[in-house]
Amino acid sequence: MSVGRVLRPALIALLLALVLRPGWFEPVFAPLAPEGGPVIYERASLLSLSLSHLGLVAAASLVATIVAVGLAIFVTRPAGAAFRPLSRTIANIGQTFPPVAVLALAVPALGFGAGPTLVALFLYGLLPIFENALTGLSTLPPAVTEAARGIGLSRWQRLLRVELPLALPVTLTGIRLSVVIALGTATIGSTVAARTLGEVIIAGLLTNNTAYVLQGGLIVGLFAVLIYDGMVQIEQRLARRMGA
Amino acid sequence: MTGWARAGAGLSAPGVLFALLGCGALLVPFMTLAANRIVAGEGVMVWSLDGRAGALAVIAGLALGLPLRPAWLRLIGAMLGLAGLLWLLVQGAPGLLDGAGEYARVSPAAGFWCLLVVLMLLMADALAQMSPGAAMRGVLLLAVGGALALILGSGALSDLSVMQEHAARRDAFMREAVRHLGLAFGSLAAAALIGFPLGVLCHRRPELRGTVLPVLSFLQTIPSLAMFGLMIPLLGWVGDAVPGAQAIGIAGIGFAPAFLALVLYSLLPVVGNTVAGLAATPPAALEAARGMGMTAGQRLIRVELPLGLPVILTGLRIVLVQNIGLAVIAGLIGGGGFGTFVFQGLNQTATDLILLGALPTVALALSAAIAMDILVDLTRRTPRDSR
Repeated sequence: MSVGRVLRPALIALLLALVLRPGWFEPVFAPLAPEGGPVIYERASLLSLSLSHLGLVAAASLVATIVAVGLAIFVTRPAGAAFRPLSRTIANIGQTFPPVAVLALAVPALGFGAGPTLVALFLYGLLPIFENALTGLSTLPPAVTEAARGIGLSRWQRLLRVELPLALPVTLTGIRLSVVIALGTATIGSTVAARTLGEVIIAGLLTNNTAYVLQGGLIVGLFAVLIYDGMVQIEQRLARRMGA
Repeated sequence: MTGWARAGAGLSAPGVLFALLGCGALLVPFMTLAANRIVAGEGVMVWSLDGRAGALAVIAGLALGLPLRPAWLRLIGAMLGLAGLLWLLVQGAPGLLDGAGEYARVSPAAGFWCLLVVLMLLMADALAQMSPGAAMRGVLLLAVGGALALILGSGALSDLSVMQEHAARRDAFMREAVRHLGLAFGSLAAAALIGFPLGVLCHRRPELRGTVLPVLSFLQTIPSLAMFGLMIPLLGWVGDAVPGAQAIGIAGIGFAPAFLALVLYSLLPVVGNTVAGLAATPPAALEAARGMGMTAGQRLIRVELPLGLPVILTGLRIVLVQNIGLAVIAGLIGGGGFGTFVFQGLNQTATDLILLGALPTVALALSAAIAMDILVDLTRRTPRDSR
């Protein structure tokens, strides 16, 4: 914990500096750039790329969360119970599909740009959230659901006040998995012309400029690690509150 | 209960959904005909193709999927439908190409892909209903793989654009396939060699576990492209600084950085599942082993390992499926593999070249997942069956 307390602000500061003041790092990256070549990526502002990257991930994860939790609720009601084995099978099979392949396969259908990236992020993001929400909703302690029924809560009230709050921690874990995968897949999205931080890495790979590769890689890596860490913190806080 | 509800009870709800989706998909263009490999093609409907009988087989297959029972009939329905799809491709492609020009290309279109997904789901649903044992699933996997190999090998589909892309780079395809397998399985082996002892150590020393597992899960978090990219300066430096390193192929781009990135990604599932598998040994079994006077090493090999094997293998399954997919990224840093075709295809906007890279990757990941699941099931059963 104490390591985290020192490391976390340091990493956040490093990330902010890399995104907002890339010029500061010129001496660090200079030895990696080709001779006479540019050291700092200037074709687009790193801030706008970061915002576009995070925006794609946030939009796709938000929609994926709503749809996945909705589907999980549907298959745990009597009306949707017939679809439960099938939905399990789809979630199992779907997760073996490589994210890159999903992205590449979305291109022929949707063309280049942010569209296929959003769709790939959404489709792939559904699976972990659905799987975890389903686990959360179908492993509720029977005593609790009995009690909720006993005090006369309607089906709708039981769902909103008892089942969903109890399933929240497991669902959040699913959302975290999905966001982490989405951050990675969005990076690759720049190969299909979506505006994301992957652009910096790809530009570096294409021009043999390792300085770009390292810059882009560090920024994306730091974003992922910090967002992951932040979500773990939220989950832990929630678990503590629910345990208390 | 009304008659309608009683009739409805005999129907499989997913089966009804498949039938509706399938019939909808029949109204979407089934194939496309394009003037060359780059331009977008024009959609062709099922009923204007040669081999229309295939469509009847698809409809019959979807209908067989409707009743809830027997499950084997639904499985046959799925197979009949898939055979119909194949027939449509085999018969339809030459007819479209006839007189369409030297560079014309035919490809399966949205209708085909939707029907393929729907019929595969019907098959999966029927199989889930039958819940076949490990041996049966193994036979099925081999049969499907064999049938696929026969169909592709027979040349019946050679008129399709993706097969023409393959024919144009037969040698490269073989080379990249071997590369891809080498990356995926090689990194799995390396990760097992490193991760397994590390997992045993972590199991023995809780304080080590407290540092190693969080570090590994952070590594896992780093986006793949960033990880592959970060390996480039690192290995480039090693290649320059360590004498002899370049001679064994360690350099900034190519196989080495891709391989190392995959190994780093693989460590968490291997170490984490090894720790979880060893920790799941029932205390009574450990007590008994201790009572029999086994040393720590004997306990590990004779008791903890066999009991933890299914969980450890599950970790290897995660790694294998994950690495088959991630190895695609190697194509971007000159590491080879199917990704080479995917990214070439994206650059040339040649859809079928993308498919040539993506489809084998998906098929490989899917069969690896099924095969590993079978293996996990087998190890889970053995201790119980043999007392």
